[in-house]
Amino acid sequence: MSSVDLFQNDVPIQWCPGCPNFGILTAVKKALAGLGLKPQDVCLVSGIGQAAKLPHYLRCHYFNGLHGRAIPVATGIHAANPHLTTLVTTGEGDCYGEGGNHLLHAFRRNPHITLIIHNNEIYALTKGQGSPTTPAGEIRSLHLQGVEASPINMLAVAVAHGCPYVARGFALDPEALSGLIMEAVRWPGLALIEVIQPCITWGRHPLDWYRERVRQIPGTHDPTDQKAALSLLLEDENRFMVGCFYKNDTRTPFGARFRQRFGDRPLAGEDFPDMERTLEILRTFRPTPRT
Amino acid sequence: MECTIVIAGSAGEGIQTIGDVLADTLAAQGYGVFTWQEYESRIRGGQNSYTIRVSESPVNAPTMEADIFLFLNSESLEKYRPRIKPHAILLGETPAGEDSLVVPFKEMARSVLGRSIYANTIAMGALTAVLGVEQETLERVLAEEFAAKGDEVVRANHKAAALGFDHAHRACRDRCPWAFPKTEKTYYLISGNEALALGAFHGGCRFIAAYPMTPSTGIITFLAKHWEETGVFCEQAEDEIAAVNMALGASFAGARAMTATSGGGFALMVEAISLSGMTEVPVVIVLAQRPGPATGLPTRTAQGDLLFAVHAGHGEFPKAVLAASDAQDAFHTMCRAFHLADQFQIPVIVLSDQLLADSRFSVENFHLESAVRHSFAPDPNDFQEYKRYAFTETGVSPRLYPGRGPHLVTADSDEHDEWGHITEDLAVTAPSMHAKRLRKQVFLQQEMRAPFSYRTEDAEDIFCTWGSTKGAALEAVDALRREGARVGLMHWSELWPPPSASFPRKARLWTVENNGTGQWASLMALGYGRGAEKRILRSDGLPLTADDIRRAYHELG
Repeated sequence: MSSVDLFQNDVPIQWCPGCPNFGILTAVKKALAGLGLKPQDVCLVSGIGQAAKLPHYLRCHYFNGLHGRAIPVATGIHAANPHLTTLVTTGEGDCYGEGGNHLLHAFRRNPHITLIIHNNEIYALTKGQGSPTTPAGEIRSLHLQGVEASPINMLAVAVAHGCPYVARGFALDPEALSGLIMEAVRWPGLALIEVIQPCITWGRHPLDWYRERVRQIPGTHDPTDQKAALSLLLEDENRFMVGCFYKNDTRTPFGARFRQRFGDRPLAGEDFPDMERTLEILRTFRPTPRT
Repeated sequence: MECTIVIAGSAGEGIQTIGDVLADTLAAQGYGVFTWQEYESRIRGGQNSYTIRVSESPVNAPTMEADIFLFLNSESLEKYRPRIKPHAILLGETPAGEDSLVVPFKEMARSVLGRSIYANTIAMGALTAVLGVEQETLERVLAEEFAAKGDEVVRANHKAAALGFDHAHRACRDRCPWAFPKTEKTYYLISGNEALALGAFHGGCRFIAAYPMTPSTGIITFLAKHWEETGVFCEQAEDEIAAVNMALGASFAGARAMTATSGGGFALMVEAISLSGMTEVPVVIVLAQRPGPATGLPTRTAQGDLLFAVHAGHGEFPKAVLAASDAQDAFHTMCRAFHLADQFQIPVIVLSDQLLADSRFSVENFHLESAVRHSFAPDPNDFQEYKRYAFTETGVSPRLYPGRGPHLVTADSDEHDEWGHITEDLAVTAPSMHAKRLRKQVFLQQEMRAPFSYRTEDAEDIFCTWGSTKGAALEAVDALRREGARVGLMHWSELWPPPSASFPRKARLWTVENNGTGQWASLMALGYGRGAEKRILRSDGLPLTADDIRRAYHELG
């Protein structure tokens, strides 16, 4: 068992004081420690935004890349070294907006990666524009008469695509969130955890407004029932419902055929093929041998 | 003896199969074979051509004009008439003037073999006879081509080939001067895309992600076909942005990684090229050029993206731009690309184009022993404390892989400190990090290979070329020399940053390029302070030939 201390670093945190992102950071560290992982086992990948700065604030490997492109980078890392526990920690603007296409295809591809999406329903770093999850009608800096477009219901989309693990957490409940992250990391295949992360600077409601609304998924819900999960997620009144909506362990993971053939050894840059292997393939370009 | 055979027909009529089998047959006879293709962007219909140039030793350069012209429909005869030499043999189902050799392929296939599907094999037999090649060699190639379909199919194809051969042999009499009897020579016959892919494998590539885009698709197609032999992880990405970012992820984790695309897809990758520059994660990108702008001429050739490649990516950071000129060079250029990418932790762009991608080249020896293969991975145990972006004299910081030792490895697209954490320290850290990255450019430039010079010692005029125009330019130099002109060639395979080059002092420089603006001339001016006095350009989607260059030299000289 490793301890949370292993993951502590002393990098000054750029988030607003009191931001619920701190709760997500706590939950991530707690989950990694709870899983018995060491910093050397973990690679965090993020895009751009306030949420995407998270990998800097704990000890681990990380790749803080371009806006919207965390998932393909994480997919490449996972393909090259499946021993690494790879997680994406980024915001909904990054993952549902700029990089939405990659998320849809991650559902198809199914890499064993955990996605933790900080959903503050806002573009915070660029000062309060609407995001893909902003409720319709909310006044935003580019929508002075209210946002016209409907918010995206990505958890429903994920369940519809059979994403192996689909959950919602609450940043102000790091204990429960770390439990979801631990289960998600262990779960074979892609896991999506959307986290309600109220924005204390640009948000429209005080934190207590969220605390009053967040509630657990009913204990009677069967998370292996895709249709039941979908019907829960299609009800707007359930948008503050937290817990695991859907679990599916029947999907073929990304790279399975390759790994069955070659094992789970990392693809190493220092491995050059023997001259003979190249020559063998080159020989197929020789003309048909004479009889 | 040399001969150019042009096979023309609609997409779906089988010119690709006829061309490939005939090229294989000539290669099996022991001749140098070069093929190139031009085709419309459609699955069926249109008019396309497959050109085969056969000679005693390899001349890997395109020719336009046919000595033998096989047409599969009458429209193709009309379209390609300008590409038929006077007194060429016109081989087709219908009469086409005094030089025509009529072989009713489809009718023979139906009446003798009962199925019109054998018409193309009858045509192959006829071409073999016209070329003076032993029927037995074609039979051997056909046996291999159709082996998977069973003995019966092979036997039927042999019968069809014999029908075409006998018919053409009788009709030819003394009208066909060609003879390509067996020789003892053997050459590899390999396309540019295949050589690029195989070179990548040999250079240590273990991961490719790509989105299909003509004319680059053949690279991942080849690697996907051979993944079990090579252990190269191949992934078809949802778009080019995903492709290059996946490659960066795999590279960060320790795999030599690449992607391949054409101009439009490359445009989507540009932000990630800048990311590679900033994070110092190596990546190799093949940019197979076709004429733009936008969708342009999707299946045609061009060298129009050179300046785009050199300037790709926002911000200032070092990158290398290489260009492959033929199959052998493509193989070694890919090894070099991975080497430079890894050595300097930079993006390396390899320029190809449709001519190189789709053409098949004859190569005597790939000289694998001279391929550059060297690992730059340090031993993690050599570090007490590891800083991914440690300041060094060369600007290159030792690069460990995550999960392969006790140290933590980081990558950050923000300006960062030595540990890879975001910095806004404008006084020291940010400018030092910027300078560190730019320092790599100085050492990279010293590593770039000088251009290849040919017959430049006494030259008054020097053709300056890069990429796939090399073969045509070399051939033009020899042709012009035979006419008494003092011309030479300087050819760059490694373009940017510009390697050191010594230009003969008094010679006039000519840029010879498959584009409309002379992009290499602009870079020569920028890199060497030497402008090109003359330009030989072609930008209609077709490749430059030695004849084009020779004619332009006379007109402009």
